[in-house]
Amino acid sequence: MDTMEKKKLIYLDNNATTPCDPRVVEAMLPYFTEKFGNAASRSHEFGWVAEEAVDYAREQVAALIETDAREVIFTSGATESDNLALKGAFEMYARKGKHIITVKTEHKAVLDSCRRIEKMGGEVTYLDVDHQGMIDLEALEAAIRPDTIMVAVMWANNETGVIQPMKEIGEICARHGVLFFSDATQAVGKIPVKPKEVGVHLMAMSAHKMYGPKGVGALFVNRKAPRVKVTAQMDGGGHERGMRSGTLNVPGIVGFGQAAEIARKEMAEEAQRLSRLRDRLEQGLLKLEETYVNGNPDSRMPHVTNISFKHVEGEGLMMTFNKEIAVSSGSACTSASLEPSYVLIAMGLGDDLAHSSIRFSLGRFTTEEEVDYAIEAVSKGVNHMRELSPIWEMYKEGINLEEVEWSEH
Amino acid sequence: MAYSEKVLDHFNNPRNVGTLDKSKKNVGTGLVGAPECGDVMRLQIEVDEETGIIKDAKFKTFGCGSAIASSSLATEWLKGKPIEEALEIDNMAIVEELELPPVKIHCSVLAEDAIKAAIEDYKKKNGQA
Ligand SMILES: Cc1ncc(COP(=O)(O)O)c(C=O)c1O
Ligand code: FES
Repeated sequence: MDTMEKKKLIYLDNNATTPCDPRVVEAMLPYFTEKFGNAASRSHEFGWVAEEAVDYAREQVAALIETDAREVIFTSGATESDNLALKGAFEMYARKGKHIITVKTEHKAVLDSCRRIEKMGGEVTYLDVDHQGMIDLEALEAAIRPDTIMVAVMWANNETGVIQPMKEIGEICARHGVLFFSDATQAVGKIPVKPKEVGVHLMAMSAHKMYGPKGVGALFVNRKAPRVKVTAQMDGGGHERGMRSGTLNVPGIVGFGQAAEIARKEMAEEAQRLSRLRDRLEQGLLKLEETYVNGNPDSRMPHVTNISFKHVEGEGLMMTFNKEIAVSSGSACTSASLEPSYVLIAMGLGDDLAHSSIRFSLGRFTTEEEVDYAIEAVSKGVNHMRELSPIWEMYKEGINLEEVEWSEH
Repeated sequence: MAYSEKVLDHFNNPRNVGTLDKSKKNVGTGLVGAPECGDVMRLQIEVDEETGIIKDAKFKTFGCGSAIASSSLATEWLKGKPIEEALEIDNMAIVEELELPPVKIHCSVLAEDAIKAAIEDYKKKNGQA
């Protein structure tokens, strides 16, 4: 890679987190210093100023998702929102039932909340997905029981960008009178997300995935028809209509609001630009042999592509270009666990293809030049790693790798 | 996780990448790991039949950076060693040399396994097993 001219590290991991938009930072700054008040202080100007800022941000977030501002509950992020939606509904609706339906490819914040609910006596059905990452609507409907309280399906998947059929799921939930919760962390601010239009009653979001600050997010909670409530998981001063106590993170919330407003105005154009760049990246990389895109190409976020480079291990591959490009891999070797991506495994990818996967997620600040550079660097890396790969050599010799007797360890 | 300088060096300039002629009687091949586990290592030795000294060693590895570095280092250590001495190469020596963190110890284990498998294959071919 020495022949390529040195450039700054290119960030193609925007699904992990996005940089703050400078306009967001600018909006936040006064709220650290001169406007530092506690939004719950009702007796003086400092408090009123802070409260006003929070109210304004709430309007900005509500406008983005076309809901009433009173339906937006601020939290510390999507992890907390997921926990609050699931555990809070489980507690609140205990009398109705104890069954929840979710999907195997959900984020850990959802899956682990469900595990906890099972420990608390709840029952959870984990739906399968097909090889493109889509749930089966008939299987969903068949899983609904008289004691089902909630269906939890994420809007867009963080690893593959696959978008679930939200409208159809919403109709099924409405027909059976069960709540529909969606973790929309990866979709909000990037594609139109209107929970009311598709019958979503609870929805998690996070500022740091949409060019806002880390440590702030929200839960949308439907107010009318049906009036949804969740039991607080954090007890204290009764902030956020009693659903989430704790002094509000005013600068963070202001930043979230600003990020939402920017997204609302710029989303359409940005999505178009990013999908063009994503397609360019994808087409460039698919020129390599034995390279496959993971996830439904017809129902996918515009800025994401997840690609398996067969017979190359993801972490090793990333090491060839991690001075130039930042991405993430579904390979086990990148995480502390030794299991490859459970999302890709649930889609029926073999462990070998899951180990060979790289997720590229573009963002607001990605340029065409960076994409072209990435194509070059990744292609070089793949070719280099294949020269080092014994299974690539075996594949090239026409050996059927399925028939080799491997020594598992 | 940051990689040690030594891992990076072996990763960026892997030593002795390649393939020896399996059909030769004095070549031993060890293939360990599995694609499903995310790591496959193939290590080959060519032995001088007169002296029992390993005169060449080659590897190919599908795996993370530490696995590639471990096998590259292993081939360096193997060259010029009598096979009996080569059998004594211990994975912890690789861990120490490459400063591998605990989660990467299994990559070094794989290298030790590959060495043992290659020597065993050589011995089998030559009626010494
Ligand atoms: C789908 C999804 N849900 C939840 C989270 C967690 O969000 P946060 O970092 O705001 O807790 C993430 C981010 O990793 C995500 O991608
Ligand atoms: S080969 Fe899996 S961590 Fe090294």
